[in-house]
Amino acid sequence: MQFVTITSPHTDRPNSVTVTMLWVIIALVPGAAAMTWYFGWGIVIHMLLASAAAVAAEALVLRLRGRPVVPAVSDLSAVVTALLLAIALPPLLPWWLTVLGIVFAIVVAKHLYGGIGYNPFNPAMIGYVLLLVSYPVEMTTWLPPIMLNQHPLDLMQTMNAIFGGTLPPGLDWDALSMATPLDEMRNQLNQNKMISEIRRSPLWGDFGGLGWEWVGNWYLLGGLILLYKRIISWHIPVAMLGSVLFMAMLFHFLDQESHPFGLFHIFSGGTLLGAFFIATDPVSAATTRKGQLIYGTCIGLITYVIRRWGGYPDAVAFAVLLMNMAAPTIDYYTQPRVFGERSAGDD
Amino acid sequence: MATSSYGKLITEGLWSNNQALVALLGLCPLLAVTNTAVNGLGLGIATLVVITLSNATVSIIRNWVRPEVRLPVFVLVIASFVTAVELSMNAWFYELYKILGIFIPLIVTNCAIIGRAEAFASKNSLGRSLVDGVAMGLGFTLALTVLGAMREIIGLGTLFAQADLMFGDIASGMTLRLGDDFKGMLLAILPPGAFIGLGFMIALKNIIDKRLTKTRQAEALPTAGTEPAAG
Repeated sequence: MQFVTITSPHTDRPNSVTVTMLWVIIALVPGAAAMTWYFGWGIVIHMLLASAAAVAAEALVLRLRGRPVVPAVSDLSAVVTALLLAIALPPLLPWWLTVLGIVFAIVVAKHLYGGIGYNPFNPAMIGYVLLLVSYPVEMTTWLPPIMLNQHPLDLMQTMNAIFGGTLPPGLDWDALSMATPLDEMRNQLNQNKMISEIRRSPLWGDFGGLGWEWVGNWYLLGGLILLYKRIISWHIPVAMLGSVLFMAMLFHFLDQESHPFGLFHIFSGGTLLGAFFIATDPVSAATTRKGQLIYGTCIGLITYVIRRWGGYPDAVAFAVLLMNMAAPTIDYYTQPRVFGERSAGDD
Repeated sequence: MATSSYGKLITEGLWSNNQALVALLGLCPLLAVTNTAVNGLGLGIATLVVITLSNATVSIIRNWVRPEVRLPVFVLVIASFVTAVELSMNAWFYELYKILGIFIPLIVTNCAIIGRAEAFASKNSLGRSLVDGVAMGLGFTLALTVLGAMREIIGLGTLFAQADLMFGDIASGMTLRLGDDFKGMLLAILPPGAFIGLGFMIALKNIIDKRLTKTRQAEALPTAGTEPAAG
């Protein structure tokens, strides 16, 4: 049998949705493992719970819509949404909140807008914001990282806390929980304390919160995997991280005692997770290269502005959703010119 | 439209041309005050009174007002009734008046009211305009109350809380509670909850309409030719 020899350009087979989603999941593993190491089994339980609920909700909606269930569920997009939501949730969040968030994300944010490829907003962030706005107390009850945790819970105790709301005898929520570094920094600054004073507390590591600052690196590693596999392009993450860093450094140099060093903002909260995994969602982000730079820059700006002057300690989710809204407009104004097309000034 | 019966006017106002769910008019008060069922009902009834009276008045004066000045005249008529309603609420339902606040005077700007004055009352007799006003007002009140009830249940876990503001002390027992450990979903009380809730109500109405059309068509098929299926 004679094979036809084709000259260049040779193209690899195109990535299917399933393969892309699988790589996103693989890229999330380092970050998820780091979160589990620092914050205990809760992260894993929420990931499994959210994935199961997401697949169930997706199957149910597909049935209601009269669409084939198996191909759509097996593309893993619902699982990725679930994992991205779960990784952002506090480790001991009651189980029904996780289910509520992911069901809202899949049913309302994804399928009511037409399903995969049609959602104008990032579903995971819609679920997260729904929970954050509706249940602020539960959503800000974080655990301290492992090196500061006096009473680390084992698997069974974590299960009891998540599913039954009960803690081991002798412990209560106040003793167990701790503010996130962003929250802590914000509260202390609001009490007019100076950064040099705030940072004397054992909570702080080299540039971010103890423990927290190292989770970001593992998201960064996952992001590099995605970049290497060409699942995402560098434009959005670089623009977003660059603008957060620029804003943070600018204000840091203007007033060092009330604005933490730039790396604090990069390695705290959801910045790195957001830059590589959430802002880069191909459906809800801007699609032109120039548009992606604008989109990423604005996410970074809004994140910093809300963190610094807004009402919430972290703002990646809000920033991403706001820019999701602007993405079609950005795309409209950044259409690349077709080769040979003349601009208005050429005539 | 001029030949439609009173029955049709009522179904149009309550359902098929519901000002809140189909015409999507008067969204500002609809979205702003429906955080509890009682607030929704209160504003709904105020709107009902205004729309009935303004429809009646506009219908009576319809042959004397020149078309060039009709809109300012309609607005003046509506504004007078709104002022009357506002003063009455201030006198008899003071607590509710305080809660609804700016949204009572804002009934003036409710497009549903001027819409009915312009589209219906200025072309129809007094009786028909009265029925239309009551039906449209009731439809609006219904939508407001249902949306308010929905948001109250989801957001606070209660239903008809503060009913005594409206019906007096007898109604203080009307409040339903979903249990003490129910944690309300704050989003439902906040403005986005109104938009999402209204979206779901419209969707629900469209689903019901679709089902109704289907069953009617199925019923109409065997006896085809005797009567055209209602749309």
